[in-house]
Amino acid sequence: MELALSPEDAAFRDEVRAFIKDNYPAEMRVPNPETDLSKEQMLLWHRILHKKGWVAPLWPKEYGGPGWSITRRFIFEQETSRAGTMPPLAFSVTMVGPVIYTFGNEAQKKKFLPRILSGEDWWCQGYSEPGSGSDLATVRTKALRDGDHYIVNGHKTWTTLAQHADWIFCLVRTDPASKPQSGISFLLIDMKSPGVTVRPIITIDGSHEVNDVFLENVRVPVENLIGEENRGWTYAKFLLGNERTSMAGIGRSTRYIAKLKAIVEAEIPQDDPAHLEFIREIARVELDVLALEATELRVVAQMARGIDPGPAASLFKIRGTEIFQDITALTHRAIGNYGLAIREHPGSANHFVPGPDYGHTASEKYLNSRKLSIYGGSNEIQRNIIAKAVLGL
Amino acid sequence: MDIQFTEEQELLRSSVRRLLRDRYDFDARRKIVASEEGWSRQQWQEFAELGLLAAPFSESVGGLGGGELSTMIIMHEFGRHLVVEPFVETIVLAGGLIERLGSEAQKQVLIPGIADGTSIWALATTEKGSRFDPADVTTAARREGQDYVLSGEKAAVIGAPWANRLIVSARTSGHRHDRSGVSLFVVDRHAANLHLQSFRTIDGRRAAEISLNNVRGELLGGEGEGVAALEACRDRAIGALCAEMVGAIGELNDATLDYSKTRKQFGVTIGAFQVLQHRMVDMFIAHQEALSLMQHLNLSLGAGEAGISRLASGAKSKIGYAGKFVADQAVQIHGGMGMTDELNVGHYFKRISAINIQFGDPAYHVLRYAQLGAAA
Repeated sequence: MELALSPEDAAFRDEVRAFIKDNYPAEMRVPNPETDLSKEQMLLWHRILHKKGWVAPLWPKEYGGPGWSITRRFIFEQETSRAGTMPPLAFSVTMVGPVIYTFGNEAQKKKFLPRILSGEDWWCQGYSEPGSGSDLATVRTKALRDGDHYIVNGHKTWTTLAQHADWIFCLVRTDPASKPQSGISFLLIDMKSPGVTVRPIITIDGSHEVNDVFLENVRVPVENLIGEENRGWTYAKFLLGNERTSMAGIGRSTRYIAKLKAIVEAEIPQDDPAHLEFIREIARVELDVLALEATELRVVAQMARGIDPGPAASLFKIRGTEIFQDITALTHRAIGNYGLAIREHPGSANHFVPGPDYGHTASEKYLNSRKLSIYGGSNEIQRNIIAKAVLGL
Repeated sequence: MDIQFTEEQELLRSSVRRLLRDRYDFDARRKIVASEEGWSRQQWQEFAELGLLAAPFSESVGGLGGGELSTMIIMHEFGRHLVVEPFVETIVLAGGLIERLGSEAQKQVLIPGIADGTSIWALATTEKGSRFDPADVTTAARREGQDYVLSGEKAAVIGAPWANRLIVSARTSGHRHDRSGVSLFVVDRHAANLHLQSFRTIDGRRAAEISLNNVRGELLGGEGEGVAALEACRDRAIGALCAEMVGAIGELNDATLDYSKTRKQFGVTIGAFQVLQHRMVDMFIAHQEALSLMQHLNLSLGAGEAGISRLASGAKSKIGYAGKFVADQAVQIHGGMGMTDELNVGHYFKRISAINIQFGDPAYHVLRYAQLGAAA
């Protein structure tokens, strides 16, 4: 399914397609980029996009964005995702970047934005805490003013790829006396500061993607405060809106369905009754993708006409994650007895993984994708948002 | 249909429960899984001393005569503690096959070593692409004097790295899918020309790819009896695995309920949210139904009822779906914590996922249930 494109936009699409084909680094095509690539490898594509001026589609031209229309941003998103490219680090480009150019001061823009674009700085997100998951407004990490510094103490968790990070953007409590939402500030913290400790969290697929980040008497210059003190909640909500826009994951789901079909054809003979059962299950999930894609295109067309999509992002997040979980579950099931096997982490070249290549990451993808309905605002929270904001309940 | 357990059965349950409570908490299990071998011989020996390894066998072969209900009781407790030791592989599968198929001599020679814990077994029947069909066998057995020699490959054999003996299915006649041409053989796992490539499984156990190149095997049962024997043996294994699954489901439900009563978000415990209350009610219902079917199946197995294969498939499917639902929701309700290696919830999730592969997934078995119903 395609958006109806003007000749210019169609030419743009072809240009994007060709650019990916000619430039996407072969060494980034590994089974599981998030856990199999080194930091330098992950940044290869980022740097190529930066050179081209395409690394930050969302950003206005004056800060180094390409100045694309909504339609072109969508085309770019669609093409890069269909081609299975690893997107530039979202925490840097999609999340903190827009907060800095929207709410930051001139000095902050000058200091941070170019380094985000170039990939020099790697950012991670200091939102969740052990007691504050879905209920972010209760963050307890404290920042006490001491002259021209804040002294920060607290414990952030589920911090994705913090092991690579140069900076962390944090929600911290600067006014313990006021209501939960109104005492929060948005602070940028150098990960090399004394008192910052990163501890790995190993997840059920055996991989190391997320971390605990402990902050003990970390001295943060006041100049690293974004906007006004105690207004952090506003900036945080702005950022979360960006986080959830691209969660429909149509390109990814479409690629995984194609892979699943090939596995079923290779694994299950046509005269096995399981073959028909899989064909039907695949068709069902293809229809789920089709309906979501149609919805996404409809919303993009509305946005291009200047209509506010409202909480459509929540709908995309719910359905996009549930669909991908279904696909990974089906794939895990399709490889039969080899679904018992799992790669060991950290991966080593001489480690034996049984069965055909196409099944080697099925178990970890299946296990890892359980997180999708939990992170970025759990699907229960997304349903609450729709109930409240759309249905008026 | 509620089972009135005998005093002996209650004693068995409480002694397994006590042993596991004292010796097999989650930390102890973690150490066992992380060890070089990945299982505990010492623990296995304690199971033997408690009589667990002899419990299901009939008295005529030196067992305690507990049958399927003793297996159910043991596996239910094993499921609650995520026991990794190869009880199903050694006792239910290998032991069960030897007891039912073996010659008098084989029973007298092989079963005592199983019951006293010295002999560990694995069942090597699956092959690349055979999925869940025990008749899909290309490994070949050729007669040579009194014995047979086996050549071929076996895939994803659970517990093989731990075993000193294997039961291997191999073709003595017919084409690849011919049901009547498959026979079973006892093979020494350390035989020359038997090559093993080990790997870890998602549920913290070990399995292996096995290749046999003219490996000596001793026939178990008659030539061509393999598929029927494996199917009957699968029914009993399903009885055991369903009990294990129900044990795991119960633990997940308890853990999730506890968590929902302590975890606070938005100023209340998350258990106060109606959407989660209803979900936990559905998890409770799934557990109740699974428990009932587990008992029904194992009682019927014990009574040797006709049509048991159909019931076994039905239970494997229904309890499998119940397990998947509960495991998914337990992780979801635990949030990020449910995704961590540190908490036990994810490990129950993975064991349930593995059971849902062993001997056929829930979709395979619902179809088999329908087909066996149409044939009846």
